[in-house]
Amino acid sequence: MMEFALFLGCTIPARLNQYESSSRAVLEKLGVGLVDIREFNCCGYPLRNIDFKVFILSSARNLALAEKKNLNVMTLCKCCYGSLKKADYLLKENASLKKEVNATLEKEGLTYEGRIEVKHLLSVLHKDIGIEAIKGKIPMTFKGLKIATHYGCHALRPSQVVGFDDPVAPTLFDQLVEATGAESIEWPMKLECCGAPLWGVNDKLSMDLTLKKLTDGKKSGADYVCAACPYCHIQFDTVQKMILSQRNVNHPLPSILYTQLLGMSMGVEKRSLGLEMNEIPISQIEELLRTEAELAAERELAEQKETKEKTESNKA
Amino acid sequence: MFLKVSLYISLVIFLIALIYKVSTWFRYKIGIGAAEISTSTRFFSALKGIVSTIFSVKILTLLKAFVLDVLLQFRILREDFLRWIMHIFIYGGFMLLLLMHALDKYVTIVIWKNYYSTINPFMFLRDLFGALVIVGVLIAIYRRFILKVPRLFSNAMDIYAILIVAVIMLSGIFLEATKMVAYSDYKRMVDEYSGLNDPQELKSLEAYWVKEFGVVSPNLTGPFDEKVLQKGKELHESSCESCHARPQWAFTGYGAAKILSPIGLWIDRARLPSVLWYVHILACFVGLAYLPFSKMFHIFASSVSLLANGVIGKEKLSPANRATLQAMELDACTHCGTCSLRCSVIMAFEELMNMNIFPSEKMASLKALASSKASGKELSPEALRRIQEGVYLCSNCYRCTVVCPAGINLQDLWFSVRETLLQRGYPEFLVLSPLSFYRGLMKEETVLKDYEKPLIQAREAIAAQCDLMKKKEKALPLTPANRALQSGLNLSAQAKTFSVCFGCQTCTTVCPVVGNYENPQEALGLLPHQIMHAAGLGLRDLAFGSNMLWDCLTCYQCQEQCPQGVHVTDVLYELKNLAVKQVREKTQAPMERE
Repeated sequence: MMEFALFLGCTIPARLNQYESSSRAVLEKLGVGLVDIREFNCCGYPLRNIDFKVFILSSARNLALAEKKNLNVMTLCKCCYGSLKKADYLLKENASLKKEVNATLEKEGLTYEGRIEVKHLLSVLHKDIGIEAIKGKIPMTFKGLKIATHYGCHALRPSQVVGFDDPVAPTLFDQLVEATGAESIEWPMKLECCGAPLWGVNDKLSMDLTLKKLTDGKKSGADYVCAACPYCHIQFDTVQKMILSQRNVNHPLPSILYTQLLGMSMGVEKRSLGLEMNEIPISQIEELLRTEAELAAERELAEQKETKEKTESNKA
Repeated sequence: MFLKVSLYISLVIFLIALIYKVSTWFRYKIGIGAAEISTSTRFFSALKGIVSTIFSVKILTLLKAFVLDVLLQFRILREDFLRWIMHIFIYGGFMLLLLMHALDKYVTIVIWKNYYSTINPFMFLRDLFGALVIVGVLIAIYRRFILKVPRLFSNAMDIYAILIVAVIMLSGIFLEATKMVAYSDYKRMVDEYSGLNDPQELKSLEAYWVKEFGVVSPNLTGPFDEKVLQKGKELHESSCESCHARPQWAFTGYGAAKILSPIGLWIDRARLPSVLWYVHILACFVGLAYLPFSKMFHIFASSVSLLANGVIGKEKLSPANRATLQAMELDACTHCGTCSLRCSVIMAFEELMNMNIFPSEKMASLKALASSKASGKELSPEALRRIQEGVYLCSNCYRCTVVCPAGINLQDLWFSVRETLLQRGYPEFLVLSPLSFYRGLMKEETVLKDYEKPLIQAREAIAAQCDLMKKKEKALPLTPANRALQSGLNLSAQAKTFSVCFGCQTCTTVCPVVGNYENPQEALGLLPHQIMHAAGLGLRDLAFGSNMLWDCLTCYQCQEQCPQGVHVTDVLYELKNLAVKQVREKTQAPMERE
């Protein structure tokens, strides 16, 4: 069985429980084993602005903890992913930095050797499990649902460090979304930042960027924006709600977490999906779910209608 | 007389101190909004809250919290089994001793009319309860000093707590032991209760007690004649047994008595039993009188915290009750270190060496902060800065709150104190990091006094150190002005790449932040390519002084697209690190290393 150390980070357990529960449910259905390491700490991302050493030590300690258990790490957060990846990259590249970090880790009986791999949930789904295997677990698909995929900066870039997907024309997430039957739309600002890194630091700028991106998605025909990162999602959900009230915007582009979307089509129980926990309501999305039989019936109906129309027009 | 007087004195001190301490729950002002709410408002608001809870269905939640969390301490059990055993032994054993032994005249005798401390089961139970406490204390010592549980710090209060319990228990056990060996105590019992006069009989009984029960007699030593012992046994059975169980039942005291028997005669001559009696009684009374000021006050405060937070749950509190709750929670902390063990950001301590990063140590500092505010004696600016850094350096992951065995809402306490400290005006550079994400999310829920102030003052403090930014007309030499800056950009060996920048401006063109402004230079100062250039020229002020640095999203667009392979985002990261470091060094006294 495939097994990973699940790295939840700080934000998900505190503020986005539905992401954790839906991810666990989806991964369980796909036969992925998850190990919780209670000693994990913050990945160090929030402190990169202030102190590089704190960041690298924080990340390295997590990597060392997973290494001790001989497990690859799976993150649900793109910022955790980017930080752990970055730290792993730097420590592999820089022997003296590694030595310095290990001197600190040693106090707790830990060492970083760089033997394990860090993966994001999406790359596990796409590469380790595979689109076809996922499709095999999907009893229901979405019909007429348009999704704007949001990749998240720290998953894509710096591509040299993360190697997540093609940084200029990524398709990984789109394929995953389309596996549920939804249509992944093209939108010009697809690869732009969600604005979250500046929330709380420069709110006006953060809101400008978020609003611009969401407006672009809406204009491109999306019904929902889809994220797989707690920061991006909270920015598109909680912060978008603040933007709506502050800037008199009437047409939100609600955000759905990828595991909620996939979970719905996999038939995961509602309690784990936590759809009602999103601030901007998304429960309408359920109406677009169709089983194979329903789809066939609808198709037949449409065909009948078409032939009927044809014969009528012929008659005329 | 002595007993009564000292009991009443310590009881009076205890009660006054208890009232004083509880009054601080309504007086201490810590956290958001606390300064504007009067003590009486807080008092009546709390009263209203308590009454309305008791007379509602919430009483069931309260009862559940009382049984599971206060009495059975499930929150400790969930964390660590050994610790739970330790705590249940100490607190369970102590409580039972208090009720059955210390308050025997008021409790035990009321329930069991034929109570005598020298008969079973009371004699055995007293020693059993004492033994439980001793085992608990030994586990406590083992955890703190031998096992060395990570991030469990021992301060004077912790050591006092272990000591006072140990002294009470050991003096009790040795008091019992010395009474067992002391001949005068034996003699007194025989005179008072046996009713025997015949010297031969007395001798037989004495021989029996010396042989069987460890009395050390100046007159008799073994071996004894079998007949004498037989006679002694009969006399014991007829005269003593009905109101004195075999001393072996008091197993801790008996064990100690066996060890002491070689010096038994001296013990009696020196009247050690009376000395130990005074030690035991005084230790209990000192413990009682000092309790409200010691860690032991958690017996009350932690229970209140568990009950209060048990019913509050996710409910929003009124500002008055929040202020009271948070002041009370300062007393509820037992300094057990669970929060520090589970804290997400502890690795920051390795670099910043600020003890206030550890939640358990933050609590200690917050206590000092609260009492200093109330007494008007301000903490030093240095101490305040360190507390401010400690409370801000928090990823708001709630882990401390989730694990706290006293049920304290620690995370909310940090948040609340954070805001009041930030308003005092000392710049905190951590606000310019994603740690502020949570603060941004909370700004509508909690009325923050001046939301922008901390953000502005941190940026201004950095800008104030960058004079050159203000002199736009000044001509600059083309030779590097500050080589230290260039060599300083070496944290990850990524940032050195700035030197290959050839100024094509791709980074600036693709930057979403730059793209957001019609006149980006006005809003941002230097733009990314200019910052790379400033770093190349060693122009510290220009590299550090731009808003661009703090408005960088770290989205890595610039770095990804740079045709020259300049790690633009990483250079910006490192410049931020350096700017904070240098401004800190210039504006603060060097932090004392702990």
